[in-house]
Amino acid sequence: MPIEVDGKTLETDEEGYLVNLNDWVPGVAEVMAKEDDLELTQDHWDIINFLREYYEEYQIAPAVRVLTKAVGKRLGKEKGNSKYLYGLFPYGPGKQACRYAGLPKPTGCV
Amino acid sequence: MSDTKNFMFLNRRAPYGTIYAWESLEVVLIAAAFEQNVSLMFVDDGVYELTKSQDTAGIGMKNFSPTYRTLGDYEVRHMYVDKASLEARGLTADDLVQVEWEDWETEESVDNIVEVVDSERVAELLEESDVVFSF
Repeated sequence: MPIEVDGKTLETDEEGYLVNLNDWVPGVAEVMAKEDDLELTQDHWDIINFLREYYEEYQIAPAVRVLTKAVGKRLGKEKGNSKYLYGLFPYGPGKQACRYAGLPKPTGCV
Repeated sequence: MSDTKNFMFLNRRAPYGTIYAWESLEVVLIAAAFEQNVSLMFVDDGVYELTKSQDTAGIGMKNFSPTYRTLGDYEVRHMYVDKASLEARGLTADDLVQVEWEDWETEESVDNIVEVVDSERVAELLEESDVVFSF
C-alpha cells in the first residue's frame, strides 16, 4: 500500500516497508507513526537515526540483539535493553523501528 | 554448555555470479541468534568475499561486503582465510576487510578477527568443527 509523504506517493510492500530505500525522508517515519497512533519523541529518533547509520555502514538492518547492545553502548546502558526499546516501539524494535527508518526487515526476524 | 556446538561456515566461491556467498552470510547472521560458536573459513575464490573496496555498480547487484564488518557484533569470533588461496590470487591480508570484536559487558576486545592460516591449520579447524556448512 503506497503512503503519502510531503506530497509524494511512496511505494511500500505488503508489510508496510518502503520498497525503495532512497525514498526515505524523515516524513516517512512521521506518517508511519501517525498510522500507528504513536507520537515520535527524541528517544524514538535516536533509535531511527542509529538504525539508518548502521544500515549505511553495514548494508543490513541489525538483529534486535545487536540493536539492543549497540543502543546500550551508544545511548547509555539504561537504554540497552529490550524493555526500553519495546516501550518506544511496541510492535517490536526490529520491525517497527526499521520500518520507520526505511530499512528492510532485519534478517532472521520473523 | 553441552548444547553449544562449533559451527564452521566454509566459503569457497566468489561473492557475485552465484547466490552462495550471500546465502552463507545470511545463514551466519541467523545462526548467531542461536548462541553457537560460529566461525567462518574462506578458501579458493571465497577469499574474494572479504576483499576491500568492492564496487558492484557495473553488475547491478547489492554490494554486501560491508556486512562482513559487523559479524563481530553477531558474536562471530573467528574468520579464517586460507593463505595459499590468497597467494594464488596475488592477495595479502592487507587487501581484506578488518572485523572488530568486542564483548560489550567486559569490554574485552579484538581489533581484527580475520586471521590468515596455512593449509594444515585449515584442515585442523575443519576437523575440530562439529558442523560444517559448505557454500
